[in-house]
Amino acid sequence: MKSFGYTLKQSFVQFGRNLNMSLISIFAITCMMLILSLFFILVINVSTAAETIKGDYDSIEIFLDDKTTPEQADDMITDLKAQDGVDDAYYKSKEQAMAEFRDRWGENGYLLDSLEDNPLPNSVVIVIGDLEKADALAAHAEKFDGIEDVKYYKSTVDKLLEATRFVQIGALVIMIFLIIISIVVVSNTIKLTVFNRAEEISIMKYVGATNWFIRGPFLGEGIIIGIISAAISVGLTYFVYGKLVDMLGEQVYQMLSMPMVPVNFLIVNFAWIFLALGVSIGSCGSIISMRRFLDA
Amino acid sequence: MIVFDHVSKYYKSNVGLDDVSVRINEGDFVFLVGPSGSGKSTFIKLLIHEINADKGSIKIRGHEVTNMSARHVPILRRRVGIVFQDFRLLPKKTVYENVAFAMEIIHKPKKLIKKNVPQVLTMMGIADKADKYPDELSAGEQQRVAIARAIINRPRVLIADEPTGNLDPDTAWEIMQLLNQINQRGTTIIMVTHAKDIVDKMGKRVIAIEKGRIVRDEFGAYGYQEALENAEMTFDTIQIQRRDTSRIRFRRGGDEK
Ligand SMILES: Nc1ncnc2c1ncn2[C@@H]1O[C@H](COP(=O)(O)OP(=O)(O)O)[C@@H](O)[C@H]1O
Ligand SMILES: [Mg+2]
Repeated sequence: MKSFGYTLKQSFVQFGRNLNMSLISIFAITCMMLILSLFFILVINVSTAAETIKGDYDSIEIFLDDKTTPEQADDMITDLKAQDGVDDAYYKSKEQAMAEFRDRWGENGYLLDSLEDNPLPNSVVIVIGDLEKADALAAHAEKFDGIEDVKYYKSTVDKLLEATRFVQIGALVIMIFLIIISIVVVSNTIKLTVFNRAEEISIMKYVGATNWFIRGPFLGEGIIIGIISAAISVGLTYFVYGKLVDMLGEQVYQMLSMPMVPVNFLIVNFAWIFLALGVSIGSCGSIISMRRFLDA
Repeated sequence: MIVFDHVSKYYKSNVGLDDVSVRINEGDFVFLVGPSGSGKSTFIKLLIHEINADKGSIKIRGHEVTNMSARHVPILRRRVGIVFQDFRLLPKKTVYENVAFAMEIIHKPKKLIKKNVPQVLTMMGIADKADKYPDELSAGEQQRVAIARAIINRPRVLIADEPTGNLDPDTAWEIMQLLNQINQRGTTIIMVTHAKDIVDKMGKRVIAIEKGRIVRDEFGAYGYQEALENAEMTFDTIQIQRRDTSRIRFRRGGDEK
């Protein structure tokens, strides 16, 4: 670490001397990172959505006939609470249901004001403790008198989670692929410098410089390339995704009753991830590119 | 003390060194002579572990050099100064930076570097060239920079592979004076050369190698005829490159005596 200042200075000198190739690398890696960030945004939004939906639907809703009395509902609740795998069961009046609905629609809730009377039924909600028992509970609920319908979303949730997992794994594979390409790009850029400086490197070794001492500035050059690419990518992502949320956020919310992940929350995580990624891509690239020149 | 103990080095189809045993004492000045391809550079490359011996042992001041781990090579190189025929200066660094580099790699404080580098440059007679780049210097000046770099960390051993090979006779002689001066301050010097006049004039220990074997080891003169012819050929080529024809005639005349 004594020579950190020296290495840092040399890194910038080297970056400058190799400016054209450095800029080309930065361009290429920034492109990779932007594609990466696209996938990140997709994965984060899908995962968040999946979590929300799962939370919403870990329950069975029994819609009651309008003729069913609250006493009958109470009997059902008592019966259900005695069943295996039930965490809780409670009554939800049509007024409560409407209020929730309004809540979910948020600013657009005024649209519901135009309804003459409340079309929503009263219901009994079962909060499921043990998902294994969900199917049996749904079947049990079907047998009650005075019910209109039993809504249980397990298969929907399952499908959704499966789709989410597919998106996550697919994105991960593509991201790893992109990261490897980035490393190759950096390593080729630096190999060019190293190649031009093979003579210099051999002289340094004659004078007694250690491999790490020689590697330092090249490592620095790679890391500088990585950090600049990360900074540009994070900046662009912040700008573009911010605009996207501004433009589409409301529509997405109306269509899916799900908010997009806010840009400020996203960008903080992004900044760290991309910084780490840039540093790793840069250092891996430079170490790989020097291997051949430093052995022996 | 440098000790070669039954050292052999074989290349694929050639013999580099063949069972060489020799001792060089601290503070000695030794010339290594012999025809081209006789194994002189091999001797030196083994000494700085640029290549590894196939047989035998090489010790510098008690430290085994053969089979040395890669980690220790830089340490060896710092203890042994090296000067080459082609100078091997870092082209993008100034004279000052080239010499300072040898101190930077061993993390010497900037203050000490600022103090020592000008001192050595003065000693080498190139203090006024500190801010020049290698390609702005004459061959002799470049070799002075290379020597400055080789001795800045006060190595106990200085190795020179044909250090005057690219220099005209006057400049070569100036470089020899510098090496002699360095030797008189206690540094062991091993110098490969083809320059008969220099070896004769210096009157130091001369080790002659032929086909990878030491064929003569005595104080005094170059005195090796086959090598001599080789040397003159090399000399002629260089002289013609330098378009210094008057000197060629002079040299040839001298040899015919
Ligand atoms: N890297 C190598 N590969 C194969 N043969 C080599 C190599 N280096 C040197 N030699 C051979 O080893 C012998 C000694 O070479 P060298 O030590 O360079 O001689 P000198 O320096 O005395 O001219 C020569 O026959 C040369 O051709
Ligand atoms: Mg040679």
